[in-house]
Amino acid sequence: MSPQTARAEVLARIRSALRRDDAPAGSASAEPSGPAGTSAAASAAAAQVGPAPADPGPHPDGDALIELLTDRLLDYDASVSLLTAAEVPARIAELLTGARTIVAPHDLDPAHLAGLTAEVLPDSADAPLDLATLDSVDAVVTASTAAVADTGTIVLSGPQCGRRAITLVPDHHICLVRTADIVNRVPAAVEIIEERGLVEHPQTWVSGPSATSDIELERVAGVHGPRTLDVILVTG
Amino acid sequence: MSVTHLGMPTVPGKGNIVEPSPFPQVAELELGKIQMRTNLARATSTIRGKRLARVAEVPNWEELRDHGSAVKTAVMDRLPELLEQFEHNVTARGGHVHWARDADEANAIVARLVEEHAPVLDTGRREVIKVKSMATQEIGLNEHLEEIGIDAYETDLAELIVQLGHDRPSHILVPAIHRNRREIREIFLREMPDVDPDLTDDPTALAEASRKHLRRKFLSTPVAVSGANFGIAETGTLSVVESEGNGRMCVTLPETLITVMGIEKILPRFADLGTFMQLLPRSSTGERMNPYTSFWTGVTPGDGPQNVHVVLLDNGRTRALADEHGRQALHCIRCSACMNVCPVYERTGGHAYGSVYPGPIGAILSPLLTGTDAGANDTLPYASSLCGACYDACPVKIDIPQMLVRLRNEDTETKARKTGRLPRTQLDAALTAASWVMSDGRRMAVAEKSLPLAHLLTGPEGIRSLPGVAGKWTHSRTLPQPPEQSFRSWWKKERGTR
Ligand code: SF4
Repeated sequence: MSPQTARAEVLARIRSALRRDDAPAGSASAEPSGPAGTSAAASAAAAQVGPAPADPGPHPDGDALIELLTDRLLDYDASVSLLTAAEVPARIAELLTGARTIVAPHDLDPAHLAGLTAEVLPDSADAPLDLATLDSVDAVVTASTAAVADTGTIVLSGPQCGRRAITLVPDHHICLVRTADIVNRVPAAVEIIEERGLVEHPQTWVSGPSATSDIELERVAGVHGPRTLDVILVTG
Repeated sequence: MSVTHLGMPTVPGKGNIVEPSPFPQVAELELGKIQMRTNLARATSTIRGKRLARVAEVPNWEELRDHGSAVKTAVMDRLPELLEQFEHNVTARGGHVHWARDADEANAIVARLVEEHAPVLDTGRREVIKVKSMATQEIGLNEHLEEIGIDAYETDLAELIVQLGHDRPSHILVPAIHRNRREIREIFLREMPDVDPDLTDDPTALAEASRKHLRRKFLSTPVAVSGANFGIAETGTLSVVESEGNGRMCVTLPETLITVMGIEKILPRFADLGTFMQLLPRSSTGERMNPYTSFWTGVTPGDGPQNVHVVLLDNGRTRALADEHGRQALHCIRCSACMNVCPVYERTGGHAYGSVYPGPIGAILSPLLTGTDAGANDTLPYASSLCGACYDACPVKIDIPQMLVRLRNEDTETKARKTGRLPRTQLDAALTAASWVMSDGRRMAVAEKSLPLAHLLTGPEGIRSLPGVAGKWTHSRTLPQPPEQSFRSWWKKERGTR
């Protein structure tokens, strides 16, 4: 049977299962309905459900929020440093002692990399590095979109975070988090992603270096993603 | 096929969702596997403890559960429109949407796409990489692909252990929990062509071996297959929630990405993730957040796969949807919390359920997808002591005990109708289950721990307690009552007299 038949039939089965008397069997539209026909569905569902529960508090801010995030990241075996923007280049250089080649998003503020002796390969969607190159570099340095203190989660999305492959293939990730981008709980990070228009951009939410507990439930850090995650919290 | 009031048939699902032999028989066999039981008991109790600690940290956990449940109810109410909206948005962003009525159709779609986009290698075969997905296990995708010359490589460490061991997963979250490190080492030495012969059984060394083994595949395989934890209608966004980074590899590096997603996985809005990304990780692995979650929306030029497909799978889901009480089973976000708290599952293990969906959710979902008349799926609703722990643990508040009771009722009445005998009373059903439980000391221990059948003994027959051994079951906690309307009268009302 034709693919179109499968679509129409599945939709008709759903309508029938829901006892939609207004849409008897077989009447599901044959073509994808345009935005006018379907764009209201998600909002209608949201209206039916009502607002999500508000953050119940406590509402740490300032240093308390930074402390909470730091605590969570350390718990995941990431390293954390809290620095002013001026201190960042020296710290990155220190973390990259001995590194020969690193990769960074083309749109990352070059000031962060000022202290480096390693060669910096810029990467962007327009001029992407190939996988073999990414597999051979010593590290990657990126910015971040937001961080959730409660869960120790860093959201990577948008040009300063780079293409997804660059924070995945290298074995060492140095990630900058502006303290102004730290939020308390998950829904606030989702709001930031929406406010900055990044919803439809690829996103990676990172909570510590990759890990597995598949063998006798023993936690082993580092399977396929970067095995070392260094987080630099940047104030101001 | 059964018939709804609109005259449209509901169509059962097929694939790896059928219990081949009656649950008590398989369970008997599995109960004899000492290592499986020891490992599983340790795993479930560890994860249970972690989950409780992480859930207790969230002051509004109950509100989040209520909200998650309400969102899922709204999704079911508006499923056709939300799916069309999802399809529209995926398509608008350069992705392709396919619809599959059943397992065979989904397998055929994936096979055709792989044949179009993966080259034939020197071995004469094609290869794809996969990230662990319940939907593709349900439809038996790997087996289907293998038959037609396509090797599907599982990349999740546990799934890799299962696949290399020519084995079946025993838990949806930690599928290789029945294997010890020594066995895993032996499997790797036997099955990985490029492995270091001095490999030790240290988990770190074993994980390192799998990293090396899979790295070349990640960097060179042009087609990947994934499942999806959520599909967002409002944007067309898909997501994979994982730990190891193999999911990121699969959804990022290949040129073609094929995602198989059950039609019930839709969420209306991106903002709903604010709730679900709190509920899922804490319920699942007992972590505040899983290490990696990927989100992608159609095609992004220069970043990730440029050829993006999603297969929307029915395979019995509309059958479950047509049961207005069973419908709730489709709210499941596959966290596995209900398994980890289940006293029956803890002892029998996942293999006893036959289906890829084990534990309490499997005991309702499998028969709802297929009908109780498929294989021995009619025995699954009895694989429970109705203690209610699954309901308390479920992040989207699926009332599993209530549905188990309904399915038992449906089962006894379906059989009565078929044989022309009077329907068995609930007492009969209770005694059938009870005789199995009581015939074995180990099962008795399970039963006593969680007070199994008392509520079934308080049916309209007016029997309030049994003498002897069953008597002690009547000290109690609140248990679901049998449905007010019997399945038989519901059947009559819905389908007319026949
Ligand atoms: S039924 Fe609930 S607890 Fe069980 S796996 Fe599904 S969501 Fe989790």
